[in-house]
Amino acid sequence: MTEVMIQLRGLTKKYEDITAVDNLTLDILRGEIFGLLGPNGAGKSTTILMLLGLTEPTSGSVHVNGVDATRYPIRVKQIVGYLPDDVGFYEDRTGVENLVLTAQLNGVAQDEALDRAQTLLKRVGLEQAGDKKVGTYSRGMRQRLGLADVLIKNPDIIILDEPTLGIDPEGVREFLRLIRTLSRDEGLTVLLSSHHLHQVQQICDRVGLFVSGRLLATGNIDELAKALFEKDPIIIRIQLRSADDRLQHVLENMEDVHKIKKLDESRFELHCTRDITSEIARKIVREGYDLQELTKKHYGLDEIYHRYFEGGDRHEKPLSKVK
Amino acid sequence: MRSPFQKLNESSIELGTLKIPFLTPLKKKRTVQSGPFWVLVQKEISDHIRSLRSIILFAIIVLTCLASLYTAVSGIKDKDPSDLSRDNLFLMLFTMYKDPIPPYITFIGFLGPLLGISLGFDAINSERNKGTLSRLMSQPIPRDYIINAKFVGALSVISFLFFALGFLVMGIGLLVIGIPPTAEEFWRIIFFIMISIVYVAFWLNLAILFSVRFKQAATSALSCIAIWIFFSVFFGMLISLIGSALAPSQTAPVEDLLSYSKFMHGLSNFSPNELFSEATSTLLTPSIRTLGPLTMSQVYGAVPNPLSLGQSVLLVWPQLTGLIAATIVCFGLSYLLFLRQEIRSRS
Repeated sequence: MTEVMIQLRGLTKKYEDITAVDNLTLDILRGEIFGLLGPNGAGKSTTILMLLGLTEPTSGSVHVNGVDATRYPIRVKQIVGYLPDDVGFYEDRTGVENLVLTAQLNGVAQDEALDRAQTLLKRVGLEQAGDKKVGTYSRGMRQRLGLADVLIKNPDIIILDEPTLGIDPEGVREFLRLIRTLSRDEGLTVLLSSHHLHQVQQICDRVGLFVSGRLLATGNIDELAKALFEKDPIIIRIQLRSADDRLQHVLENMEDVHKIKKLDESRFELHCTRDITSEIARKIVREGYDLQELTKKHYGLDEIYHRYFEGGDRHEKPLSKVK
Repeated sequence: MRSPFQKLNESSIELGTLKIPFLTPLKKKRTVQSGPFWVLVQKEISDHIRSLRSIILFAIIVLTCLASLYTAVSGIKDKDPSDLSRDNLFLMLFTMYKDPIPPYITFIGFLGPLLGISLGFDAINSERNKGTLSRLMSQPIPRDYIINAKFVGALSVISFLFFALGFLVMGIGLLVIGIPPTAEEFWRIIFFIMISIVYVAFWLNLAILFSVRFKQAATSALSCIAIWIFFSVFFGMLISLIGSALAPSQTAPVEDLLSYSKFMHGLSNFSPNELFSEATSTLLTPSIRTLGPLTMSQVYGAVPNPLSLGQSVLLVWPQLTGLIAATIVCFGLSYLLFLRQEIRSRS
């Protein structure tokens, strides 16, 4: 599982005066689900286009499964399935016809293409709609058809650009679950881009935070949190029936408590260097106070996201949508 | 080596009594796989044939052709049999007319551009706007397959239509006037059909060029139609305006008159419509001996015989190459433009 499927080295793309992607270096391993997370216009789509050889990088290199994507885009496209953010189909053709066309463009014979299309439609839950014209499909159905369309070439890697855009929450959950099972069953490497952190959090093994063309951090959620909140990775909130200064003092003197903040008369926030929830609870009870509530605050992607994207002005430079 | 009969017998025995022996080899699934390029071409052709837009256009063209055929036939019937030269009677089906309906070649000259434009004006931009272009581009095919397939697909539809129409007119004409065409007349008609295809291909490529250039289908359609109207209506006016401004006096020497006339002819040849009408009328009217001016000394002593096919083709060679060159230039430009464009989803 340590084989590198996608290798980006110093990838840079400049559009006239705007740098869409700035010196990006990244490895994506076989079989993992990697989330490229960033606000609109951060350069996610441009990165994906360079991965597929659809646009040339200004400098740097892209290797997909060892193949230089800039020089041999066709060989890369044989093993990579790409679902663009607003995927389009031939509206006056049926779902099956659309899939068969894609399969044939990948050199699959017609009969086999038909078989594969039927199997995949079943897989994505569209077996009823396969013979209906795509024009009648809903947004969620299109997206699922798009997934089938990506899979029909039997790819090793699938790249999904904003796959959950415009689908209702239930549809999103289903869709993400589908991606996850597919990835696990077939050993697919998945790269998906999104600005929707919660969705990414649900299924990604690793995420990369991407802002203004630069990759700020990579890793799983815990690693990101650790990197970000190095000083006080854990915040514990406690609520007591009554409290006084003595307690505050006792808690403050505990090992691993970095800082204590009084929220109001009976509530405190403790910034700790490691998880000492149970020690705190024991201490409070032993000291004779009534503990009413004790919560450990997790750093979700929300905090990470805010910290990175909305925290400071230095990232706020809006990158006009590069055409 | 076994004879086919033996084979047939064996298979019928194997299959039992109820099955028809010949069906089995046919039932075997097709394993022949056409390349991605031809898959795309097939898709283009079926798109054109299925779309309501092209069906309406085909219908208009077929109807107008039948109308012009009718007027040609009645025109031929009205003619005094004595001055019908036997040589080009069959060709008159395409050139003969009786007011108010113009002949077949004029119809093609007028409607052909419209056909080409309608098949090409949204070739690339509609795929881009529908988001299908980026999906196509992510398949393992060279990028130029897409634009080449657009061209080949539309061209095959046009060729099919024109050959069908040409043969239809020939067939009906044969039934009505009852005189079969000579081999030469037949080849003239084939040449005429081929020139029509090149002519429509020019407009098709112009439309494809605009469809690559303009993001909106409406913009590219309007630009194409503007150019079409310019050449079919205003270009003639413009030429005559320039002509009247430059015209030498009546008393000018012959050389001046000659060079003026040559200049005007050269100027009018910038219009593809003009090229087409000169080429086709020369091909279909063997008695046309020249497209430029003739001096009395050149005409004097000439036998007023129709030209042979080779001579007619020679006469229209510049027009023909001009049309082909314009077509290739348009296609080359759109090819270049398309290959250098960045394809993003719906932008």
